[in-house]
Amino acid sequence: MFEKKIEENLFQLLVQIADDKLILGHRLSEWCGHAPILEEDIALANIALDNIGQANSLYQIAVKLENKNRSEDELAFFRDEREFRNIQIVELPKGDFAFTIVRQFLYDNFSFLLFQKFCDSNFIELSDVSKKIVKEISYNLRHSKEWILRLGIGTEESKFNTQKAIDKIWEFTNEMFEFGNVENFLIEKNIIPNLDTIKTDWELSVKKIFDNTNLQIPNISYFASGGRNGFHTEYLGYLLAEMQIVARSNPNVKW
Amino acid sequence: MINEELELQKFEQKIANGEKIEPKDWMPEKYRKQLIRMIAQHAHSEIVGMLPEGNWITRAPSLRRKMVLLAKVQDEGGHGLYLYSAAETLGADRKDLIEALLNGKMKYSNIFNYPTLSWADIGIIGWLVDGAAIVNQTMLAKCSYGPYSRAMIRICKEENFHKRQGYENVSVLAQGNAKQKQMVQDALNRWWWQTLMMFGPHDENSTNTVDLMRWKIKLETNDSLRQRFINLTIPQAYAIGLTIPDNDLKYNEKTQNWEIGKINFDELYNVINGNGPCNRIRIAERKKSYEEGNWVRIAAENYALKNKNNYGTK
Repeated sequence: MFEKKIEENLFQLLVQIADDKLILGHRLSEWCGHAPILEEDIALANIALDNIGQANSLYQIAVKLENKNRSEDELAFFRDEREFRNIQIVELPKGDFAFTIVRQFLYDNFSFLLFQKFCDSNFIELSDVSKKIVKEISYNLRHSKEWILRLGIGTEESKFNTQKAIDKIWEFTNEMFEFGNVENFLIEKNIIPNLDTIKTDWELSVKKIFDNTNLQIPNISYFASGGRNGFHTEYLGYLLAEMQIVARSNPNVKW
Repeated sequence: MINEELELQKFEQKIANGEKIEPKDWMPEKYRKQLIRMIAQHAHSEIVGMLPEGNWITRAPSLRRKMVLLAKVQDEGGHGLYLYSAAETLGADRKDLIEALLNGKMKYSNIFNYPTLSWADIGIIGWLVDGAAIVNQTMLAKCSYGPYSRAMIRICKEENFHKRQGYENVSVLAQGNAKQKQMVQDALNRWWWQTLMMFGPHDENSTNTVDLMRWKIKLETNDSLRQRFINLTIPQAYAIGLTIPDNDLKYNEKTQNWEIGKINFDELYNVINGNGPCNRIRIAERKKSYEEGNWVRIAAENYALKNKNNYGTK
């Protein structure tokens, strides 16, 4: 198939994106039974399920490429903080409903654009799975976009809470457009898209909805970075401790 | 008054003929009230039941198990939604019903007032609790009220999946290593009697049964449903090497029934009266989410209103 170097880089890339999905799915799943209305209990659980399912599919492709007899569960449950490659925005605690929706909206927009491009990847396994994933993300995006409108336009209080969430999250948005050290190499081979073009499209679509609701993009100069290289917030360790406890307390068994 | 008696006659004739009662049909007030009580209690059970199971979503030991559990808990939410809608066909309002749950005026299944203490509890709940629910709901699918009956048919299909997944989960643990075996037997020990109590008190102490059966809201008694569940479940436990925590359990060749020991109904009444291990915690948790979500619900209502007005002016 591909030469070794490409396979190694692809493995890295798949793990990065799968980690985003798994960790975000985890945060979303924390809402189950605690949402403001029953419809959202169902919707957020459903979106969590989509994300974890996507992580699962991407890990499966990754371990096949790696060819070291590792399973997708080993990637999820037996790596430590420093080995996780997700961006930091997905590991932040779920916060209030506004925080969850804002994060989801910003991430869904990015994820939608990314997977649209992945559909044209030269790496067939990735383009095949992306065709299915991009459909799911389009539903997720519709959900988060509609909530941004409801919260942004609904009441003064909801608008205030939403703006507060945007102000808090914004410094974590830039990381979406980083692929660590695999980036250039795979772009040249038409396996992954250039993230600069995605960034431009992302800014446009986010701005359009924010403008409709009079929500402001904060003017800040500091942006978080490093998740793709295993540099995380302190929140991730606790998340993994919870996620991995059962699997690790009784390893090498069938569940 | 004569009219009322005539309507009642027609209503009872319809039920006797096996026809369904639909939302717009005439029905006695008592029938309507009993149904609202039952359907709402059922809906509340679905959404309170999301908590003990949801408790293990973030800790499920494999990706597959995590997805299965998430899908299951999401299904329970869907059942809740579906059932609240069924209650609304009788003139009830979802918001009122939820508030009645939160201020303790309405009940939910007592089974959810017990804590889920290990991963094995998730398998056991799927197998036993959903299994018991299926026995009950298969009967309710034949009940006289159309919307409830149809809701049950649909819900039963999903519960069957849950039960199968639960039993499969339990089987894997029962065939696993010593730690897993111990974990699943412990879970069975904690949930067995509680599941049997899901069917309610013995028939002679069941105050609601007579009325409910006359109008075919209920078609079988608590004890007969419980017996069916026991007969179904015990061979399944033995098949995977689990021990039923009942020293008096024996098989009666003549009746072909498994006969169980004495159920400690004092415990059930204790939980019904609000003193189970998780009663206060469950309601406090739901209340907290409901209160924290208040501003979200208001925003959504306001937005819908603004949107509607916009359409009006365009």
